[in-house]
Amino acid sequence: MTLAEAPMQRERATTIYEKSKAGRRAAVLPDAGAPETPLEDLIPANLLRAEPPRLPEIAEPEIVRHYNRLSRRNFDLDTGFYPLGSCTMKHNPRLNERVAALPGHARLHPAQDPRRAQGALELMWLLQASLAEISGLPHVSLQPSAGSHGELAGLLLTRAYHADRGEVRTKVLAPDTSHGTNPASVTMAGYEVVKVATNQGGGVDMDDLRARIEEDHDQIACLMLTNPNTLGLFDENIEEIAALIHAAGGTLYYDGANLNAIMGRTRPGDMGFDIVHLNLHKSFSQPHGGGGPGAGPIAVSERIEPFLPRPQVVRREGADGEGPTFDLDFERPKSIGRLRGFQGNFGVFVRSYAYILSLGADGLAEASETAVLNANYLKARLAEGRAGERLPVAFDRLCMHEFVLSGRPMKTELGLATLDLAKRLLDFGFHPPTVYFPLLVEEALMVEPTETETKESLDAFAAAVEEILAEAETDPEVAKNAPYSTPVRRLDEVRATRQPVVRQPLG
Amino acid sequence: MTRYTSATDGDRAEMLAAIGVRSIDDLFEQIPGPLRLGRPLELPAGMSEAEVFERLAALAGRNADAERQVCFVGAGMYDHYVPAIVDAITSRSEFLTPYTPYQPEISQGGLQVMFEFQTAMSELTGLPVSNAGLYEGPSSVASAGYLAMGATKRRKFVVSRGVHPHSRETLATYSAGFGTEVVEVGLAGGVTDAAALVAAVDGETAAVILQSPNFLGAVEDVEALGAAAKEHGALLVVACDPMTLGILKPPGECGADIALGEGQPLGNRLDFGGPSFGFFCATEAQIRRMPGRIAGETVDVDGRRGFVLSLQTREQHIRREKATNNICTAQALNALGAMVHLAWLGREGFRELGELLVRRTAYARERLAAVEGVELLHDAPVVREFAVRLDAPVDQVLDRVAERGIAAGYALGREYPEYDDGLLVAITERRTVAQIDALAEAVEAAIAASRGAKLSDSESKAPQGAVA
Repeated sequence: MTLAEAPMQRERATTIYEKSKAGRRAAVLPDAGAPETPLEDLIPANLLRAEPPRLPEIAEPEIVRHYNRLSRRNFDLDTGFYPLGSCTMKHNPRLNERVAALPGHARLHPAQDPRRAQGALELMWLLQASLAEISGLPHVSLQPSAGSHGELAGLLLTRAYHADRGEVRTKVLAPDTSHGTNPASVTMAGYEVVKVATNQGGGVDMDDLRARIEEDHDQIACLMLTNPNTLGLFDENIEEIAALIHAAGGTLYYDGANLNAIMGRTRPGDMGFDIVHLNLHKSFSQPHGGGGPGAGPIAVSERIEPFLPRPQVVRREGADGEGPTFDLDFERPKSIGRLRGFQGNFGVFVRSYAYILSLGADGLAEASETAVLNANYLKARLAEGRAGERLPVAFDRLCMHEFVLSGRPMKTELGLATLDLAKRLLDFGFHPPTVYFPLLVEEALMVEPTETETKESLDAFAAAVEEILAEAETDPEVAKNAPYSTPVRRLDEVRATRQPVVRQPLG
Repeated sequence: MTRYTSATDGDRAEMLAAIGVRSIDDLFEQIPGPLRLGRPLELPAGMSEAEVFERLAALAGRNADAERQVCFVGAGMYDHYVPAIVDAITSRSEFLTPYTPYQPEISQGGLQVMFEFQTAMSELTGLPVSNAGLYEGPSSVASAGYLAMGATKRRKFVVSRGVHPHSRETLATYSAGFGTEVVEVGLAGGVTDAAALVAAVDGETAAVILQSPNFLGAVEDVEALGAAAKEHGALLVVACDPMTLGILKPPGECGADIALGEGQPLGNRLDFGGPSFGFFCATEAQIRRMPGRIAGETVDVDGRRGFVLSLQTREQHIRREKATNNICTAQALNALGAMVHLAWLGREGFRELGELLVRRTAYARERLAAVEGVELLHDAPVVREFAVRLDAPVDQVLDRVAERGIAAGYALGREYPEYDDGLLVAITERRTVAQIDALAEAVEAAIAASRGAKLSDSESKAPQGAVA
C-alpha cells in the first residue's frame, strides 16, 4: 500500500488564498438589528483600519473540498501504525469526542458562576482524584496546558517551596537522555541545567550523580527524571536516587511522558517523586490533533501542595442531608499564581476522564501491561534476522513500553542512515519511530508501539524493516532516495530555514 | 481485555514465548519489589460505552451552558457561532489523530494548514511573521515577555491594568522564574493612563504590554501609547481580540513589535476555558526568537512545492537549554478550526461581523445605560464588550437575572476591587436585539428588587438560580 494512490495527493500544493476570487463568499450573517450608525461615529477614524485583512474569498463547497483534499495529504493514527517513541500514539476513542461535544461541556463559559457549573467542577475534581491515585501523589492541579507547561509549573513550585524555607537554589539536575523540554523549562524557570551521565544500563550514573550533588550541594533545587527513562528502561536505583536528592534538600520531578508503562504497577509518588506531570494526550487518549491540544496536569506531595497554581477545584461537604458542592478556590496565599487563562483545557479533561471511566482500574493496568508486552515483542522480532545485525537494540535487556535501536551498523555497513530507513518506511505505509533521540545513542530509533496495536501490525512492521534492509543490501540507493509514494518527497529544510517563507505573499 | 486492546490469550502466549519470558509479571521484574503497587488501583471498574456516556451526560446536565442560559459573559472567551464546517473538518481523522508533523512528506495537509493559518494571523495583525499557535492567550503574553527579555537583555515589563487579569497574573507567575519585574500602569477613563505609562517606561524596560480592546472593552490608542516604548528601545507588545481586527487598525500599523492574543473567538467553542489557542505575530526582526512551531514553504527533491517545520533551531528538541521557549504544542487542531472559520467568514464577512458587533454593542450599551441604577463605567469607544456600574450588589443582580435564564456578564470586583460595582457585558452575533432587551429588563428588575430588599431591610437570601 502506498500513501499517494490518488492523483490529488500528488497535485501541486495550492493554498486557499490562491483559490480566492474577489466577490465570492460563504458566510451569511444575521442582520445587526441595530441602527446602521456609521462606524466612524462609534469609533474614532484613527483607530479603524483602512482595508479589511485579505482573507480568502471562497464559497463553502470549495472550502470543504480544499480542506478535505489537504487532509488526504496527512498520515494519521486512524489509518496506520504510528510507533513514534515517547509520544504514546494509542487509539483515540470516539466516545470521548462525543461526550466532550455535549453542550453542557462545549458551550459552558469558563467564567460561569461555580454554582451553575457544578457538573464541570465535579468532573475536574473526579479527574484530579483519579490522577492522584494513579500517580500516588495526593494533590493535583489540572491547569498546565501540556507536558512542558507542567515542567515549568514544577520548577516554579520548587522555587516557591525553597523560597518559603528561605533558601535560594540555582541548579537543576537532568540526565543527558532527558527530553529536550526538560532543559528548556529549566532555563525558563531561571535555573541552570547540570547534566547527569547515564550508566551502562541506561540508568542514572550513580557515581556521577553523587559527584554532582557533592559539587553543588546546597545549590541543587531539583532532579528531573522520567522513569522508565527515554531508553524505555526502568531505573532500579530510583529509591537511592530519591534519597540522595532529598538529603541534599532538592525536589524530585517526574516527567510523566512515559507513564503508559506503569499504570497500576508502580507509582511515581511511591518511588519518592514530589512533583509529576501527566500528559493526558499520551497515556489518557486525548487525540494529538497534529500538534495539540493536550494537557499536562501535575500531581504533588503534601509539602508542595500550598504552592499549587490558583484557582484550585475544591470539594465542600454539604450540610446535613445535602450533597457535596464544588468550587474554585482563589484564596491560596502561597500559590505560584496562574499559569494560563481560566481553569485549563477542560475539553481534554472530559475526554481523559471518559477514558479512565471506560477502562477502570483493571483496564488501565491491562493497558500498561499490553503496552509493555507489545514493546518487548516487537523488540524481540527486531532482534531477529537482518534487523538484529544492522539495528541492534541500544541496551539489551527487557524494556518497558518502548525501546531504542541503534542504526550505527546499518550506516557503516550499508551506508544507510536512520533517516533513510525512516523515509523508506513511509513507502511501506508506516509512520517511522522517533529518530535521532535520545542523543546518546548513535543513529537512534525510538520505538513505542502502544497497547492498542495488534500482533499482526507489529509483525508487519518488523517484516517491513527486514525488507528494507534486504533491499539496501542489493541497492542502498533505493532507501537513500525514499520516499517515492508520498504527496511530496524529501524536502529542503535548510532552504526553509535560511530563506524563511512563513506566509503566503498576497498581491 | 479492554475494548481498546486486541491481544488474545493465544497472542499473549506466542508473544511471551518470542520474548522468552513466562508471564506478563516477568516483564515488570525490573521494578524493585518494594515499589510494586501490589494491589489494584482504587478506581471504579471499567464501564460500558453507554454507561460512560450516561455518566458524563449527567455531569454535563448540571452546567448552565450557553444553550440553557443566554450568555452575555465574555472576559476573553465568547459565545460565537461556530459554523458547521469547522466541526466537520476538525473531526476528520486525518487532522484529529496525527502527531506534530515531524515527517513532512506525510504531513503536508497539517503543515499547509499551519502556513495558511500563519498567513491569516499575519493579515489580521499587520505583522509579517506568525507562528502556528501557542497554548492560549495569557501564557502567550508571558512568552512575549520572555522573548522581549532575550531581545533587549532587560528585566522590566511595564503592563497596563487594561491587560486581561489572567494575562497579568500569568506574566507575574512566569516572571518569578525569569527574574523580571512587572510594573503596572493604571487606567483613566477606561483606558491606559498615558501620563503614568510615560513615567513608568525607562531604559530598563524590556517591553510595554497593552491590550486593545482592553479588559474593560475599551479600544486603546495603541499608536500614541506605544511611543514611550519606542523612545526607550522597549518592545511594544499588544494583546488583541482577533474578532475585532476586521475593523480595528492592526497592531502592526500601530508600531507593535509583537501582537498576540486568545484565539478562542475564531472557530473554537467555549469548553469551560479550553482547549483553544494563542496566536503570536511579530516583526521580521524577531523571527529567530519566536516561540513555538512555524511552518515554512520549501521544495522537495523534484522541485515540488511543500511545507516543513521551519526555523527549528529555535526549539527545545534541538537547542535544549538554549531554546527560545520550552513550548512544543501548537494547538494545531484549534488553529485549524480558526482557519476554517476565517475562510468561511472571508474577507467581506469578517469585516461585516466586526461591524455587526460594533453596532449591536452600541445598542446594548445604550439600552443598559438607560436602565435606572445602571451607568457606564467608561465612555471610551468599544467593539464588542463594555463595562457598566450597578447601583446594587453585582452578585445579587447576577443571581436575579440568572433566574430569567440569562448570564448577565462578568463581575469585575474580584480582579478590580476599584470597580466592585462593575459588570462587563459581551456581545456576539448570537446575542439578538430581543435578548439584549430582555437583559436590560431583567437587570432593571433585579436592581429594583435589590433596592426594594434593601429598603425593606429584609433578610431575603440571594436566589441561586442554579441548574439542578
